[in-house]
Amino acid sequence: MAKQLNIFIENRPGRLKSITGILSEAGLNIHAFTIQDRGDFGLIKLIVDKPKEAYLALADRGFACALKDIVAISIDDRPGNLLKLTTLLYDHQINVIDAYGFVIEPSKRGICCLEVENLKNHPNIDQLIQQAGFTILEDEKLYEI
Amino acid sequence: MFWNKELETIDRQSLEVLQLQRLKEIVHYALQTPFYKKRLTKAGITSPDSIKTLQDIKKIPYTTKDDLRECYPKGMLAVAPEQVVRLHTSSGTTGIPTVIYHTQEDINNWTDLVARSIYATGARKGDVFQNMMTYGMFTGGLGLHYGAERVGMMVIPASGGNTKRQLQLMKDFSTTVLHITPSYALHIHSKLEEFEVTLKDFSLKKAFLGAEPYSENTRKKIEELYGIEVYNSYGLSEMNGPGVAFECTCKTGMHIWEDSYMVEVIDPRTTQTISGEAEGEIVFTNLLRKATPLLRYRTRDLATVYSSPCPCGRTHRRLSRITGRSDDMLIIGGVNVFPSQIEEVIMKIPEVGTNYQIHVTKDGALDKLIVKVEIYSKMFTGDVRQLDSIKGKIKDQLRASIIINPVVELHEPGALPVFEGKAQRVVDLRPKM
Repeated sequence: MAKQLNIFIENRPGRLKSITGILSEAGLNIHAFTIQDRGDFGLIKLIVDKPKEAYLALADRGFACALKDIVAISIDDRPGNLLKLTTLLYDHQINVIDAYGFVIEPSKRGICCLEVENLKNHPNIDQLIQQAGFTILEDEKLYEI
Repeated sequence: MFWNKELETIDRQSLEVLQLQRLKEIVHYALQTPFYKKRLTKAGITSPDSIKTLQDIKKIPYTTKDDLRECYPKGMLAVAPEQVVRLHTSSGTTGIPTVIYHTQEDINNWTDLVARSIYATGARKGDVFQNMMTYGMFTGGLGLHYGAERVGMMVIPASGGNTKRQLQLMKDFSTTVLHITPSYALHIHSKLEEFEVTLKDFSLKKAFLGAEPYSENTRKKIEELYGIEVYNSYGLSEMNGPGVAFECTCKTGMHIWEDSYMVEVIDPRTTQTISGEAEGEIVFTNLLRKATPLLRYRTRDLATVYSSPCPCGRTHRRLSRITGRSDDMLIIGGVNVFPSQIEEVIMKIPEVGTNYQIHVTKDGALDKLIVKVEIYSKMFTGDVRQLDSIKGKIKDQLRASIIINPVVELHEPGALPVFEGKAQRVVDLRPKM
């Protein structure tokens, strides 16, 4: 499974700078990021080229962070394709607690990252998605995008 | 003019004779308790006769809140359990509460002192009394309730909160006297327009303000805002509750009912008694309460005792406003809170670190408690739901422990300043009332 790095941060100016600064210093590359806001605090979620190294770099500086398993899916960038994926998730009663997507090659390919509720209860999720014609991006492939 | 003219205008010499007689009697009751039996015997007091003059009170060691905690639940009970008709507890700082028991006679005496207090402000039978203090264990609610009934006022046991209903009651029943905290009085006034009422809808004449410290300026402000007379009230649950000291219509300090409470002022550092009109920690001996005698109880309240004559004719000395505390107790929305109570809750939550900070601010006229904690990195799972649940857990446990709804703020590990003592963790940003 692909890893996403979730970092707890206070909701005030300078926190993103501090985190990107530490990762830059460690020579790490950020492929994607999103922020979940909760008022006085928030979570930064990152896809980086070397998740374990990024985790250690931040944890070493005192940050509360954790690596989370996510489902990263490569989707052809065409109308109706996301519907196909969401229908599949619905049919199997898979609940998504956070998600983000981005196009990497317009009209060709996009990537969809899903945080799934109780991921352990869906051991065959990769197979289901692949059987439906999508490609699961395992660690290396996602980190190399 | 007086509820009990003989006692309220008693000359000093006769007062001291009465105090000595009552002190001896209460020492007799204290000796019935395991706690005082041991402590007084050690100090050489083996019977009431060991007390020969009022000065002999100095032979008695001070009693503290810690003593009360250690005696919980029955170490200070001086009468047979079936003689007890009520108890009031308060939550302690280490999870151990304190308890005060009352016999029927104790409740009668307390009620009579509250009635005396109310009467001194000019409130009478025929007045309508809206009691806006919390009922239950908090003695401010029930104490004033019974005293007001004894005076013959019509009592509306409104308890705290629910501004809309409070205003409706004031209007519908033509309330003339309020018992309220100063911050709630200011809060309610700021809400009048919102609830579409004006002062003309009311018949207010007086308010008794207590449970939290406030300045002379705040009194004047509330008097002007409402067009009423405001009287200061002092009490603490260890000395029954309200009715320990109360202002008369002269408003020059609160008469301490010295026939029932012996007052001493001490230097909190040396614990030596201070003579004359100097500020110090107030120490009380309850001369009447038999179920739970408390001798030389250290209130931790800092104040001055005035002995100049009062134009009202009452001879009992007067207590100034409370200017501070000799411990770290906070008063938030009229509720007494020790920082250690908050610490205790935080330490039980494994997902947060041991460093914390307490901010007390104002949200309009009302107090607001902000508890800042740090996330403990090792326990962090990366889930936003975990963070929400940590917040909720701290909030719920604090509400259960200190009866205040706090705002909980989560901070990054190492983000809060590190302090040695508990007191430094508390930042009180409230302007002095």
